[in-house]
Amino acid sequence: MAMEYSEKVMDHFMNPRNVGEIEDADGVGEVGNAKCGDIMKMYLKIEDDIIKDVKFKTFGCGSAIATSSIATEMIKGKHIEEAAKLTNKAVVEALEGLPKVKVHCSVLAEQAIKAALSDYYKRNGIDPEPILGKIPPAESCHIHD
Amino acid sequence: MKKPFVYVDNSATTKVSDSCFNAMLPYFKEKFGNPSSIYSIAHDAKLAVETARKKAADAIGALPEEIFFTSCGTESDNWAIKSGARLAMKKGKNHIITTNFEHHAVLHACQSLEEAGFEVTYLPVDSEGMITPEQVEEAITDKTALVTIMYANNEIGTILPISEIGAICKKKNVLFHTDAVQAVGHVEIDVHEQNIDMLSLSGHKICAPKGVGLLYVKKGVRLPNLLDGGAQERGLRGGTENVAYIVGLGQALEDASKDIYDRNKRLEYFRNKLTDGVLSKVPKVRVNGSLKHRLAGSVNFSFEGVEGESILLLLDGYGICASSGSACTSGSLDPSHVLLAIGLPHEIAHGSLRISLCDENTEEEIDYIIETIPKVISRLREMSPIWNE
Ligand SMILES: Cc1ncc(COP(=O)(O)O)c(C=O)c1O
Repeated sequence: MAMEYSEKVMDHFMNPRNVGEIEDADGVGEVGNAKCGDIMKMYLKIEDDIIKDVKFKTFGCGSAIATSSIATEMIKGKHIEEAAKLTNKAVVEALEGLPKVKVHCSVLAEQAIKAALSDYYKRNGIDPEPILGKIPPAESCHIHD
Repeated sequence: MKKPFVYVDNSATTKVSDSCFNAMLPYFKEKFGNPSSIYSIAHDAKLAVETARKKAADAIGALPEEIFFTSCGTESDNWAIKSGARLAMKKGKNHIITTNFEHHAVLHACQSLEEAGFEVTYLPVDSEGMITPEQVEEAITDKTALVTIMYANNEIGTILPISEIGAICKKKNVLFHTDAVQAVGHVEIDVHEQNIDMLSLSGHKICAPKGVGLLYVKKGVRLPNLLDGGAQERGLRGGTENVAYIVGLGQALEDASKDIYDRNKRLEYFRNKLTDGVLSKVPKVRVNGSLKHRLAGSVNFSFEGVEGESILLLLDGYGICASSGSACTSGSLDPSHVLLAIGLPHEIAHGSLRISLCDENTEEEIDYIIETIPKVISRLREMSPIWNE
């Protein structure tokens, strides 16, 4: 489409990586809401603090799907502490840029990963907040940069 | 195999027709004179503008001296509403009635008048995207300056009871404007019979180019000037005429107002086939807007669990051009005001898809769309965390 999407965004939108669910996931996170038109759900399979597998499901526009897809690629096989450091900026860079009005999708991708990690920490009796910081509640659509 | 190209976004804009294109051509390089000049190529240009004016007038049942060419539908709407308001202000009136699902050209013009002290009533449309003449009648007060209500909606294609509203405005002696940008070519328009005081049209929805439109202003309505300048357009809108485009608009209007019945029959057949096909093949989908009072070639779906921009991107991959009222495609945080006005929840409005047909579409194209939409929707639903069969 003519929109100002990079080839990389279109590639990840047309051929999204790691779509699906993980039934016995060790951490699951969901951010966004239907009212805003974006929901991302991330599933993590973690062994020895390494992200062995990651899957996502996303309801949203082209860039929401593309940011989810590339974010899963960027954390797969990584140590959870490294994954926790993934920023929306890195996601945007990896996608070779996003239109300005779509930058919030990359924020959502970062938050979805943090939400899944947070779930993992909680399941293991660890308080996630000192590690991940506060994850803002999802009901507001106004998360533009 | 060559990738198909199926253009079904004719409510957004249309391709210029051969008939219109050919009519315009001589006015770029041969008969390029300024209509206000004296020599023969100028006279030819002048004559062409007046012929176009006559064709435009005939298409909507107006007199040629009631037709004023403009640069677009938005300009026509702004002129009618803002100048109509100024006109009424002189009579001590300060109230405007419109609906809550107008095009932004009308809504934002009304909002700017609100800032200038006017009071605006935005009549709520019902879940079918309709308003009743009674709603209009009840809203009129002795302060009402202007009623402006669209003839047909650009997103959901519903056709409003314009003749009945015209009769009420006449009875109440209130100025009545209608934005007929989407209606022309699909409904029989007779401005005098229908008691329409002002009517906006735009070229690019009817196979003329973008950047030309007109405003019909009923004889006797002393609408304040839009552009102070030369004597063009009876001095109401100065500026050397866009001769070629005006000629194109005249031709397109002549073509559009011919064979309306046959065109609608054909488009309706395609539209119904498309609608039935999609409804039977895709679960959890609805059609937005009245099925009865609607433009022949237009249909607006909402698919649960998916988002509009994604639908459009995938359709584009199949060579299909359509549009959506989702927030992502409107470039704002909210989905289209039209879909919210008919009461759709945000999440359903985000999943909308508008398909608008034209004379050139073929039955093969319709079949191709029917075949493609289910693939696109199920692919997105498989990815969607809020979809469960
Ligand atoms: C109902 C309606 N009114 C006005 C306009 C504006 O016309 P234009 O694009 O010529 O300014 C449009 C087209 O987008 C429309 O659909």
